[in-house]
Amino acid sequence: MATPTSQETVFPPPLVEGGHTFGSVTDAICGVVEKPTSNGWKAAFTAALAGLALFGVSVGYLIWEGTGIWGLNNPVAWGWAIVNFVFWVGIGHAGTLISAILFLFRQKWRTSINRFAEAMTIFAVICALTFPTIHVGRVWLLYWAMPIPNQMGLWPNFRSPLLWDVFAVSTYFTVSLLFWFVGLVPDLATLRDRAKTKIAHTLYGMASLGWRGANRHWQNYERAYLILAGLSTPLVLSVHTIVSFDFAVSVVPGWHTTIFPPYFVAGAIFSGFAMVLTLAIPARKVFGLQDFITVRHIENMNKIILVTGMMVGYAYAMEFFIAWYSQSAYESFAFVNRAFGPYAWAYWIMVSCNVITPQLFWFKKIRTNVGLSFILSIFVNIGMWFERFVITMSLHRDFLPSAWDYYSPTIWDITTFVGTFGLFFTLFLLFLRFLPAVAIAEVKGVMPQANPHWEGYHQHSDAAHGTTAGHGDKVHG
Amino acid sequence: MADRRTWGLLAEFENPATLLHAAERARDAGYKNFETWTPFPIHGMDRAMGLKGSKVGWIVLGGGLTGLAGALLLQWWTSAVAYPMVIGGKPYFAWEWATPVTFELSILLSAFGAVFGMFALNRLPRPYHPLDRIPRFRKVTDDAFFLTIEATDPKFAQAREFLEQAGGRNITEVPA
Repeated sequence: MATPTSQETVFPPPLVEGGHTFGSVTDAICGVVEKPTSNGWKAAFTAALAGLALFGVSVGYLIWEGTGIWGLNNPVAWGWAIVNFVFWVGIGHAGTLISAILFLFRQKWRTSINRFAEAMTIFAVICALTFPTIHVGRVWLLYWAMPIPNQMGLWPNFRSPLLWDVFAVSTYFTVSLLFWFVGLVPDLATLRDRAKTKIAHTLYGMASLGWRGANRHWQNYERAYLILAGLSTPLVLSVHTIVSFDFAVSVVPGWHTTIFPPYFVAGAIFSGFAMVLTLAIPARKVFGLQDFITVRHIENMNKIILVTGMMVGYAYAMEFFIAWYSQSAYESFAFVNRAFGPYAWAYWIMVSCNVITPQLFWFKKIRTNVGLSFILSIFVNIGMWFERFVITMSLHRDFLPSAWDYYSPTIWDITTFVGTFGLFFTLFLLFLRFLPAVAIAEVKGVMPQANPHWEGYHQHSDAAHGTTAGHGDKVHG
Repeated sequence: MADRRTWGLLAEFENPATLLHAAERARDAGYKNFETWTPFPIHGMDRAMGLKGSKVGWIVLGGGLTGLAGALLLQWWTSAVAYPMVIGGKPYFAWEWATPVTFELSILLSAFGAVFGMFALNRLPRPYHPLDRIPRFRKVTDDAFFLTIEATDPKFAQAREFLEQAGGRNITEVPA
């Protein structure tokens, strides 16, 4: 107790830059929400709404006309819809990784980006969930996937991975939303207490549930948060595992492999971190949050992208090895066909973006270069979309050559996918406008002066035993 | 003793260190109904206030076990009792294929336990609190650190003197 524990020597680079005090952290982060709406935001929001409208039209027409408007054909019954579903779910996983797994590993640098990444998770999962929903064709019968008693007396088939997926993704969405909301409550209280207008005070007041920072509340809160992190960690691993079961439990060559669960999870984390960078790099610049989302954060995320990118690369290689080693003619053909068949172009885009370009992150100069990190993160986003495309296109040449066909998307496949970006960015821009994009209370908690045994306090409290005279400069210094 | 119209006393402290120290002194002086209010959780405060551990974990356990049992029951009953059907030559029920849904529902109800249990233990939502009438208290979600002693505390009569000695500033009586 007596020896001062020096945070500075344990964690050399500061987690928050710019010499902030608690008050200036509040001001900086709440300022983003409290400032009048900028023209840049309005322009971006208009573009996002246009995308959302495109999505609405595409989905509306699909429901009216049926899935025949898509490019699906007989061997390729799962086209872009499943590709996009897996793409969006995967993106979501980085948010949970940052909020839960890095929390359990006490990676305090996560606090600046976790709010942001969790929001991304929720909106990405919303986009993902639309695809299986509309892919069923008759969306009004979707309740058949739920164990609801009905006049047919039939129940869903719990032996089907597709049903597991319903439970996995909906649980994932619900738990992510709760986790995000729990994290938001103290910060909503901050916005409530700073609100200038009655309407803002009432709305933030209702959303914050009357949080006032009592220590008895913090005690339960911290415990609940820790448990949620502990629950979300296996959850996120299970979700993409179950998504991979959609493929792996079938008997299609190229899908029926045991490497799929870990390979999908690594890919999900890989693509998710890329998306966090794609979103965070412009946002920190536009909203002046460079003190919180620092180059150190970007570098750490680039390291994770490098590692998970190599895991994905390993999986690509191992799939080929096993295809040869199994001596199954169908399996071998599926992989040769991937790399050299009609979809070779997609395969090599995937390999270039996921395996080759991330190798540039070996160089510290590139890892710490914000502009290059942004560009490389886009490459990963593209590469990971193509990975799912390549996997799904295993269907196009299955067992009998008489059944083979080439799949191309129609204009409606494209508009639906582009439209989900409209949906995503509409939600994301609303989040940036009305909610604190950085976890205020958590960031304060990792600042050195949050520790009651911080050196700056210690010399005084020993001498003066709690008398506050003369402390002011030190605290805010 | 305090009159009925008083909720308690509010004192402000300069920083987490002085507040922690004051909480330790309040605990040692035998105060029971006191609370500290901070913008973020302060490491060591539970011990300083003499609090017992949180009960959230037990609620989570209850939720998790309910999810586990409910999911197994649901899958077994629908597949083996209500409408037994042979699918792919598989048995009517097997724990292997029941595992994913069982796992997900256990997690889901555990998470409900954690979130709703935490709010219930904290008696939230709570739209109004006597402290809301103190304008300065709004800084609690920004950068201020407070300690309150409630009028229901047996030692409330000495509370003001105690808070002054502990280094509290702007000591204010909070009306009920």
